[in-house]
Amino acid sequence: MKSSSPMKWFTSREGLYYLALAGLLVVILPLALDPFRLNMVGKYLTYAFVAIGLVMCWGKAGILSLGQGVFFGLGGYCMAMFLKLEASTPEATAIQSTPGIPDFMDWNQLTELPWFWEPFHSFSFTLLAVIGVPMLLAFIIGLAMFTRRVGGVYFAIITQAIAAILTILIIGQQGYTGGVNGITDLQTLMGWDIRSDAAKTTLYFVCVGMLFLCLFVARFVQNRKLGRILVAMNAQENRVRFSGYDVAAFKIFVFCLAAAFAGIGGALFTLVVGFMSPSFIGIVASIEMVIFCALGGRLSILGAVYGALLVNAAKSGFSESFPELWPFAMGALFIGVVLAFPNGLAGLYQSYVMPLEERLFKRKPKIEAEPAAEPEATPEARKPAVAATEARDYDPMIEHYSPEKS
Amino acid sequence: MFDGYTSSELMSIFAMQGFAGLSLFSVFVLMALGLAIIFGQMGVINMAHGEFMILGAYTTYLTSGFFQSYLPGLFGGYFFVAIVLAFLICAALGALIEWLMIRHLYHRPLDTLLATWGLSLIMQQAYRSIFGAREVGVELPEWMMGAFQVTDMVELPINGLFVMIIALSIAVGVYLLMYRSGYGKNVRAVVQNRPMAEAVGINSAGIDRATFALGCGIAGIAGAAFTMIGSTGPSSGQAYIVDTFLVVVFGGAQSLIGTIVSAFGISQAQSTMEFFLSGSMAKVLTLLVVVGILMLRPEGLMALKVRR
Repeated sequence: MKSSSPMKWFTSREGLYYLALAGLLVVILPLALDPFRLNMVGKYLTYAFVAIGLVMCWGKAGILSLGQGVFFGLGGYCMAMFLKLEASTPEATAIQSTPGIPDFMDWNQLTELPWFWEPFHSFSFTLLAVIGVPMLLAFIIGLAMFTRRVGGVYFAIITQAIAAILTILIIGQQGYTGGVNGITDLQTLMGWDIRSDAAKTTLYFVCVGMLFLCLFVARFVQNRKLGRILVAMNAQENRVRFSGYDVAAFKIFVFCLAAAFAGIGGALFTLVVGFMSPSFIGIVASIEMVIFCALGGRLSILGAVYGALLVNAAKSGFSESFPELWPFAMGALFIGVVLAFPNGLAGLYQSYVMPLEERLFKRKPKIEAEPAAEPEATPEARKPAVAATEARDYDPMIEHYSPEKS
Repeated sequence: MFDGYTSSELMSIFAMQGFAGLSLFSVFVLMALGLAIIFGQMGVINMAHGEFMILGAYTTYLTSGFFQSYLPGLFGGYFFVAIVLAFLICAALGALIEWLMIRHLYHRPLDTLLATWGLSLIMQQAYRSIFGAREVGVELPEWMMGAFQVTDMVELPINGLFVMIIALSIAVGVYLLMYRSGYGKNVRAVVQNRPMAEAVGINSAGIDRATFALGCGIAGIAGAAFTMIGSTGPSSGQAYIVDTFLVVVFGGAQSLIGTIVSAFGISQAQSTMEFFLSGSMAKVLTLLVVVGILMLRPEGLMALKVRR
């Protein structure tokens, strides 16, 4: 559904939600927090990219990937390799036995740069790789799995195994990847020092900007016919297939989209945090990314951003004061989100805050009288509980008696 | 990678690594049996399976401590008590979890995955708070120490052999239960066609609960056996969970024989390659091959042929 004009969209309800998020991220948080905390928020925001991807992939299309950390990590490593090469000039590494290669390679007795590091001297190649490498891997996995109609739980397990493989590989190949420490000691981006407070604040705003870009891409996809097909696929895959759509192609597309988002997030993570290590890629990290999305509401892209922010803020808060309580809280969060409110914060907002809002809006008929600007195209924004339960309700007749189910 | 070895050397390397892989095989079989029952029967992914196993291991640890302090004369036999206790405790907890959590989620298999992951985090942290983060080990009874000398190069530790015997006897037990008992017939009926099974009067909810409890109980036995060959820490279970899932999926989710064959294949491949490559590369290669085969043949090695 097209908004009739940008101005009208901004005063519509959906537009106001986006404005509220923008206000929070651009105005309130930078004013309220010191640069150190703001940098932490920037780190949380990079996870929001993954969460948005998961909303598209898992919430809408029903493909649960437990390997999003892989794509996050690939994006992050691509960026880290570029930064590391920039930091390892022959002058800066003159004390090494082979100057001009990253320090960990020297420690591991490598005497020349491995071939796959070479292209990362170029910044434009790096930017391409940050999106391209995760998408390529996602495409290969998707092509292999979805055309064979592997889905659901099997897909989740295999993506999890891929996360395990990549982590073991990175840790094992210390000389090429930096091993368990990851790629550390990153200093400048094209000569611009990324460690200063000013740079960190700038990077935070870059994160916010990219986040909104991704949000709009996701919103664009979900509001087109494409997005509807994704949702339909989740509910009744065979009906979509028999309506003549190539289900596998749509699944591959949305999986690649999620991978690209995760890759961007990973690259920004490297910039914001200043290093990249395998601990952000593995099984545990990957499954935590799912909870960001689930807490925010698996059907709501805006919810995913709040979910990522809240879970990560809670995580650092807990780990600072009660480290032993955090796993309990995290576990309870997983169980609670799944059992009690499967639509997450967005669902709660929907059922409790929206009625209040409704009453509030009634008093201002000016805004209410714009049905065209209502976010009709986002079904979850209007009646998420109904839509979601309908899609997920267990119907034994369909499950067991559909003749096409092989 | 075989350069520089003569064929007779290669043979003994394979034999040696093969025996070394058998203890990994036993752990895989024990864990995968419980998982395969739960996954095959209900389509539920129990991410907390490793933690149930560790619960069994801690039960064994406590039992051995109890026997040491109060019944030192019977110490040689504590393990058999521990196995029974581990089974009962894990099965009881499993039934409770099924009642509290899993039964609400049967139509959302992906959500069970997340919920049981949450459960596993809670259980791990509970172990850490109760038993400490340090790994604990049990004292083996005397008859379990030592080794059989098979040939000059190959010797078999008795505890490893014992664990393998447990693994195989439980596999046989599960086979008998599933294919030669009334309960097993009901389970298979529910797996193949739930509404029809309900129509002929099988209590499918009861079957689900019993099966989940059984799977968790077997995990408990696996944990008891695990203490014989390794020490137990709060997160020991998590280390195996992904491998075990691959074992189950690779074998074909509803086939017991397939599970055992794939456990054997994966453990042997990994153990043999470890000799020639580094441990991590061996694991990477094994997992890659398994994932690759699964992409080509998603139903696993031995798929149950049913019409749906």
